[in-house]
Amino acid sequence: MDPLALDVAHLFAGGLVLVSFMLLYQDRMTGLVNTFALHALVVSLSVAWQAHIQHAPHLYITAAIALIVKAIIIPLALHRIIVQLGIHRTIETVVGIGQTMLAGIGLVALSIMVMLPITAKAGTLTQQDLAFALAVLLLGLLMMISRRNAVSQVIGFMSIENGLILAATGAKGMPLVVEISVAFSILIALIVIGVFLFRIRESFDTVDIHALHEYRGEQP
Amino acid sequence: MALVLNLLVQIAQMALVLAIAPLFTGYVRKVKAHLLRRQGPPLVQPYRELLRLLRKDVVLANTASWVFRVAPYLIFATTWVAASLIPTFATGLIFSYAADMIAIVALLGSARFMLALAGLDVGTSFGGIGSSREMLIASLAEPAMLMVVFTLSLLAGSTQLSSIAASLQASDVGLRFSLALALIGLTMVAIAENSRIPVDNPATHLELTMVHEAMILEYSGRHLALIEAAASLKLLLYVSVIACVFFPWGIAVSGQGLVAYLGGVGVYVLKLAAAGFLLAVFETATAKMRVFRVPDFLGAALMLGFLAALLLFVTMAG
Amino acid sequence: MALEGLLWCIGGLLATSMAAVPAARLRAGSPMVYGAALCLSVVALGIAAASLFIGHSLLGALTLPVGLPWLGAHFRLDSLAAFFLVVVNLGATTASIYGIGYGRHEETPGRVLPFFPAFLAAMNLVVLADDAFTFLFAWEFMSLASWALVMAHHRRPGNAAAGYLYLIMASFGTLALLFAFGLLAGPAGGYAFDAIRAAPPGAGAAAAVLVLALIGAGSKAGLVPLHVWLPLAHPAAPSHVSALMSGVMTKVAVYGVVRIVFDLLGVPTWWAGALVALLGGVTAVMGVLHALMEHDLKRLLAYHTVENIGIIFIGLGLALAFGANGMRTAAALALTAALFHVFNHSVFKSLLFFGSGAVLTATGERDMEHLGGLIHRMPLTAFAFLIGSAAISALPPFNGFVSEWLTFQAILLSPGLPQWLLKFLVPAIGALLALSAALAAACFVKAFGVTFLGRPRTDAARNAAETDRWSLATMFILGAICLVAGILPGYFIDALAPVAHVLAGAHLPRQGELDWLTIIPVAQSRSSYNGLLLFLIIALAAGLGVEVIHRWASDELRRSAPWDCGFPDSSPATQYTAGSFSQPIRRVFGSVVFRAREEVRMPPPGDLQAAQMHVRMRDLLWDALYAPVTRLVGFVADQLNKVQFLSIRAYLTLVFSALVVLLMVLAVWH
Repeated sequence: MDPLALDVAHLFAGGLVLVSFMLLYQDRMTGLVNTFALHALVVSLSVAWQAHIQHAPHLYITAAIALIVKAIIIPLALHRIIVQLGIHRTIETVVGIGQTMLAGIGLVALSIMVMLPITAKAGTLTQQDLAFALAVLLLGLLMMISRRNAVSQVIGFMSIENGLILAATGAKGMPLVVEISVAFSILIALIVIGVFLFRIRESFDTVDIHALHEYRGEQP
Repeated sequence: MALVLNLLVQIAQMALVLAIAPLFTGYVRKVKAHLLRRQGPPLVQPYRELLRLLRKDVVLANTASWVFRVAPYLIFATTWVAASLIPTFATGLIFSYAADMIAIVALLGSARFMLALAGLDVGTSFGGIGSSREMLIASLAEPAMLMVVFTLSLLAGSTQLSSIAASLQASDVGLRFSLALALIGLTMVAIAENSRIPVDNPATHLELTMVHEAMILEYSGRHLALIEAAASLKLLLYVSVIACVFFPWGIAVSGQGLVAYLGGVGVYVLKLAAAGFLLAVFETATAKMRVFRVPDFLGAALMLGFLAALLLFVTMAG
Repeated sequence: MALEGLLWCIGGLLATSMAAVPAARLRAGSPMVYGAALCLSVVALGIAAASLFIGHSLLGALTLPVGLPWLGAHFRLDSLAAFFLVVVNLGATTASIYGIGYGRHEETPGRVLPFFPAFLAAMNLVVLADDAFTFLFAWEFMSLASWALVMAHHRRPGNAAAGYLYLIMASFGTLALLFAFGLLAGPAGGYAFDAIRAAPPGAGAAAAVLVLALIGAGSKAGLVPLHVWLPLAHPAAPSHVSALMSGVMTKVAVYGVVRIVFDLLGVPTWWAGALVALLGGVTAVMGVLHALMEHDLKRLLAYHTVENIGIIFIGLGLALAFGANGMRTAAALALTAALFHVFNHSVFKSLLFFGSGAVLTATGERDMEHLGGLIHRMPLTAFAFLIGSAAISALPPFNGFVSEWLTFQAILLSPGLPQWLLKFLVPAIGALLALSAALAAACFVKAFGVTFLGRPRTDAARNAAETDRWSLATMFILGAICLVAGILPGYFIDALAPVAHVLAGAHLPRQGELDWLTIIPVAQSRSSYNGLLLFLIIALAAGLGVEVIHRWASDELRRSAPWDCGFPDSSPATQYTAGSFSQPIRRVFGSVVFRAREEVRMPPPGDLQAAQMHVRMRDLLWDALYAPVTRLVGFVADQLNKVQFLSIRAYLTLVFSALVVLLMVLAVWH
């Protein structure tokens, strides 16, 4: 494969991992949503480049959906939710930011160690994309388990989906129907979660998970 | 005969570095002033300051020991030597094989050790603040620096700056994402080590915001001149490293002749101008972090270095 | 021939030890004993150095008809043994010179003098041993002699507990080594090392032997998590013995690991290298973090020993990993780096302990927070301590930097390793090494700065006096060695070449003949270092600066009160203490590793009491590993204690049941 094409694909995939780390580094809500918009932008650029080098025009539509829905609509919606919920504060983390990022590096190393030997027979592009996609997935999960705020957990969940898109396009061939249905299900899930968040906020005046645990009578 | 010529070129580099360092500091101050819609001091103001300080008496505290008096000379000498080992206009100079990147970082560590001791020498609390914070920042910046060196060594197969510059200039490196990450990591480390915003404020005199200024609070006269010169040299050193490693185009190779050297000097001055401008813009646009956010900042630099190495492993395996 | 000479020296040391029992009562007894130990150590040092440099003709093996009747006592002098004998006897020589001056202040010489030469003899014997029985015998002898020295001042608070813990850990270590040798000897029972070398064990047994050797010898060296005895026991002994224990005995333990793992086990496995290197990295960081939290000067130095042992084990682990993958030259580089660090650490750690001993005799204080300003009262000691601090912080142009640089070069060769776990683990360990080096520099800025610089905090510090000239001579000799080893490392690397050849199968290119005395461990294009040139250029630059400024600029100097931002405070309590210096690092690292929590108790407004700051730290290793074991042993002992208080009928029932059970077993089995 053309080395320049490979390098650009590597740039986008690596960039996605880097932006996942930036998601872990954020300590304010607005910064988190903006970084998530960047995350979606990078994934759409990556898919567009894949469309170019794999000569698969339907992937352009996937890229456009990712861009419009995830990089523009959802962040705007989240900004509104944040303003209406009134949670402009900093994000509370379970362990410090430094330790979370250290764990993140370990996860990246783990996904490389797992994926590269398994995909040894596939092409270089597929290898890289799969390894980095697994890394983005694991980093998204790490974000979900290391944050106490429900909105940041939602963002972690959506960044997992971005990783899945990277994996699917890297493995050469993702039917458009799958992508549209996944995107719509994410949108619906987000709307439902948003509704629930409002209800929780109205009832308990907070969306902090630990506070909710106390109301349930469980130890935090 | 060739030996004498090589020695002369090396001495010329040492002189160049010493001469241009205060000018670089003055340039950065001037650009910052213009960005803040002020006129700012003239470009040669740092030279005037150094001359003024050199002519003044030294006022020494009663409790200061010989460490306090010897430290400025040692700090200046180690920083100057380290700065002259970095290729500026030509690679492969005769002393450049005496120390690779790890040794240069360690030489700066020696200077920092002496400075921290001088801070503790007089027995005031300001010196203690500066020394303890400086050692915290150093302890986090060194692993980050090592990861950057590791990434560069993976790419270029060497830790010698001349070899790295030559290999990154010649080979078909392409769009290496890891190099960009390493550049960002190195820039973050450079900002921390040179006591620049957002880690430390070089223009402050408030005790809660000082790190470097606190350690040199008791210095005066020629001692202070040497330490200020050393600080300018350190800033020039880091900018030279970034220029020589990540933007190596235009550097002459040792032995190419006077014309190539002069061309190299011209390109070097251009690179310094660009770097100084970017530094001034960055310092004006950011606010200083509180001290206990600095570990997160340097931790991010360490992660970037790690990530760069990991990504390189992936591309080199495929 | 050299071997017989060494055995005679050992015999002489044992004889000195026995003669020291009556000699301790004489006034001149102490210098006589230390003088005799000095002469014998110098002779042994000379023989060992000659064997290392000259090589083949002086090496050899010997068997004496003492010990077990069917085994005898085997001794062998090969390059590895010669190198470690150089380290041991250099430490012994300097400690003896120091002892001549320091021993005058000893209140109970009878508790120290007989055991000191015995300790030296035992350490030499361990290095020379060539069969398992002699090795273990000498090992236990070394432990007991050093235990006796630790208990020399047993009435001081804490020393008895330290000695008790030391005895337990030493016995535990010897037990592990016993099992290791048993596994190595195999069912045939050949305890001589030659027999073991001829029949290397299988994979499972080799793994068990490696772990047991790490537990046994590693606990004596100070590997985490078995290091807990070291910071309690090393400071409890007299200062020259502390230097020997930290600087030399830990190296004998490293020798044990090298001998068992590299020599007797045969071809290593790659995961063994990963394990050892990882243990080394964790040990290095934990050691230096503990050291940063300490106020006691000697305990700080003991924790630093733990850190440097970690660095040595990183090099050893890398050598194992490279060797397992057939990268012989890289293995030789890693091994040379580790062994060079063994030498360097023994030199500067002894220097630092001698300095702290000088401070202790001059002021009677070990706590840094009661010292300060000693550079004005003890200038020569301060200068020597400064050289030691710079050397241990890995600052060029001293020797600590060269061995750490070589270790980094070995780490940079790791991308050639095929296993993915190693590829990721080794850079991480490199980051840990860089972190520990930077933290070590912070720790020694604190140690030197708080103890020697600043203003004196107590009267003891205000009235200190310089130590005697024997101590000063020793410290300056060691400081000179630090500088020479840093400037001319090529010769030391060449001296280690035969050792690397024996253990790794390759050696580094000859350094002594390179241009300008540079060292090039791998290839010129890759990296090189020239300590001599750096030292000369820095000296020239500094000299130029002094000359130019004093000629053409101002030369004036006047003294005045400190500026202190216009708020000068005459009380020395306002300057930074050891605790306050390490507060940022304690907050960043300690809150995770030690659960460090700070608490400030302010008195109510109007109350004139001082505010108090409390720092609470927990040693998580102790809580997780040692405390449960202690509780279990206590529980079992309590249950067994009930057997002490039975009636006569119960005892008879016990005897009767035991007899019946044994007869039943006999009946069933037959």
